[in-house]
Amino acid sequence: MTNRTSPTSEPTVPGGVRNPGDPAVRVVDLAKVFAGGVRALDGVTFDIPRGELTSIIGPSGCGKTTTLKIIAGLLDATSGQVEINGTPVTRPGPDRAFVFQDFALMPWATVLRNAAFGLELRGVPRKEREATAREYVAKVGLSRFEDAYPHQLSGGMRQRVGLARALAVDAEILLMDEPFASVDEQIRRKFQEDLLRLLSEEDKTVIFVTHSIEEAVYVSDQIVIMTRGPSQVSKVVRPGVDHSGGSGHIRRSPAYLDWVERIWAELQGYLET
Amino acid sequence: MELRGYRLPMASSLLVWFALWEVIGRLELVSLIPPFTEVLRAFAEVVPTEDFVEAATITLQAFLIGMALSFAVGIGLGIAMGRNRAIGSLMGMWVNIFESSPLTAVVPALMALLGFGLPTMIVTVFVFSVWVIALDTQVGVERVNPSLIEMGRSFGASRRVLFTRIVLLAALPELLAGIRLGLIRGMKGVVIGQLLIAVVGVGYLFELYSRNFLMPEFWALLIVLFTFAFLASEAVAYFERKVSFYASSR
Ligand SMILES: Nc1ncnc2c1ncn2[C@@H]1O[C@H](COP(=O)(O)OP(=O)(O)OP(=O)(O)O)[C@@H](O)[C@H]1O
Ligand SMILES: [Mg+2]
Repeated sequence: MTNRTSPTSEPTVPGGVRNPGDPAVRVVDLAKVFAGGVRALDGVTFDIPRGELTSIIGPSGCGKTTTLKIIAGLLDATSGQVEINGTPVTRPGPDRAFVFQDFALMPWATVLRNAAFGLELRGVPRKEREATAREYVAKVGLSRFEDAYPHQLSGGMRQRVGLARALAVDAEILLMDEPFASVDEQIRRKFQEDLLRLLSEEDKTVIFVTHSIEEAVYVSDQIVIMTRGPSQVSKVVRPGVDHSGGSGHIRRSPAYLDWVERIWAELQGYLET
Repeated sequence: MELRGYRLPMASSLLVWFALWEVIGRLELVSLIPPFTEVLRAFAEVVPTEDFVEAATITLQAFLIGMALSFAVGIGLGIAMGRNRAIGSLMGMWVNIFESSPLTAVVPALMALLGFGLPTMIVTVFVFSVWVIALDTQVGVERVNPSLIEMGRSFGASRRVLFTRIVLLAALPELLAGIRLGLIRGMKGVVIGQLLIAVVGVGYLFELYSRNFLMPEFWALLIVLFTFAFLASEAVAYFERKVSFYASSR
């Protein structure tokens, strides 16, 4: 990890010593009723192991985004809670960074400033934050575009900026809401590779919402399958696909295909209702 | 304008119109239209006079003070209406009514209330321009991409920081459109106000020229006003074009 000692990371763990075996995030009996009576979540419980990538998958409208935003501290739960390293979440914090489906880039700012914006909001001096942002912009492969504006970039490149911004604040937990949904299929695969490579260098805990079963099986250590009406967790599985053999090899391996099929079967029951 | 493939500057199309004006003026068809060269002569004559400088000064003063008030109140009100639903619905109806009502009618009342001097002119500029600024600001603030706000919050931005670094900048295209329209309305306001008051500023000069049938002077004054209005609104439009790429990325 590049700058664990910077003042933006959380140096102490309230509630005692951090045990490597403890989950990074616990979602405990979470319920959310929106104003107007929509029950988006109804008793959702799961753990996110530290240092792993967990996907949340489920039919449209089952509350994936809602869950992620409650974990981020952007939304309040109606009941139940989210604990991060044992501490209940009440608001956004420097231990979490969000990657948005629609990128959420500022159209008036360059790639570099966008990538540095998380640090800017946390009061990191300009030189320092630009140096850090530059490093991550390079890591996501956009060095040549530091001074470009978002409208000059393709969707895939914009999301790389969003990713660089989230990585630059060096949060322990990365929350990604369908980050590749607006990116076409070829770029998406490249992206999945890049994400896995970046994460192997960065030691993050990642929560990754996706619609794609293949994507979930390919990138995840753990998959949380959610159902609709009332929204609950139907199953948590650990496909543990072996990534040593290269992308083409994995996507043809029986284990990978088997997991895709099993999750598909699990979801199908709910899709038909 | 293009001529045989060459792009000519905008001024060249003006030249054609001025030539036409000159011809019509010389034909003496309509006594209201003197030849353009006559207008230019009057222009050179009128502009340095004490009367003109005085009128221009007081007009500009009323305009600038009125606009400053409009910006402060209009942008403030627009932001409040855009950010707070209760204020939005409470004020929205009134702002809309005033925005679309013929405000010329209130100028005589203002005169009765505030006299024939600077205060009336300032308030006229204000009531002409403030509503459109408020409405456009409101639209701008309401259209800010909600995920930009969530992005700011997720990185721990306070309400004030969110506002100054995200909301205001994101609302800039609409804000500038409101400012440009406000400037134009304010300009109308100051002239209409002075015409009704008829004893101060350019209103007095218009009155003087038309009463004595000094048509070249009358037109010279109009040209001054047109040019000023055009330049002011083009200046804002220039900034608007600079931020027009916003729209494509939200
Ligand atoms: N602000 C809100 N007010 C009212 N209802 C909402 C709000 N946000 C979400 N909902 C509702 O809550 C439910 C869950 O929404 P959520 O966005 O979490 O689903 P999702 O799983 O992310 O769906 P998708 O796969 O389409 O992104 C939906 O029925 C949605 O209509
Ligand atoms: Mg969603």
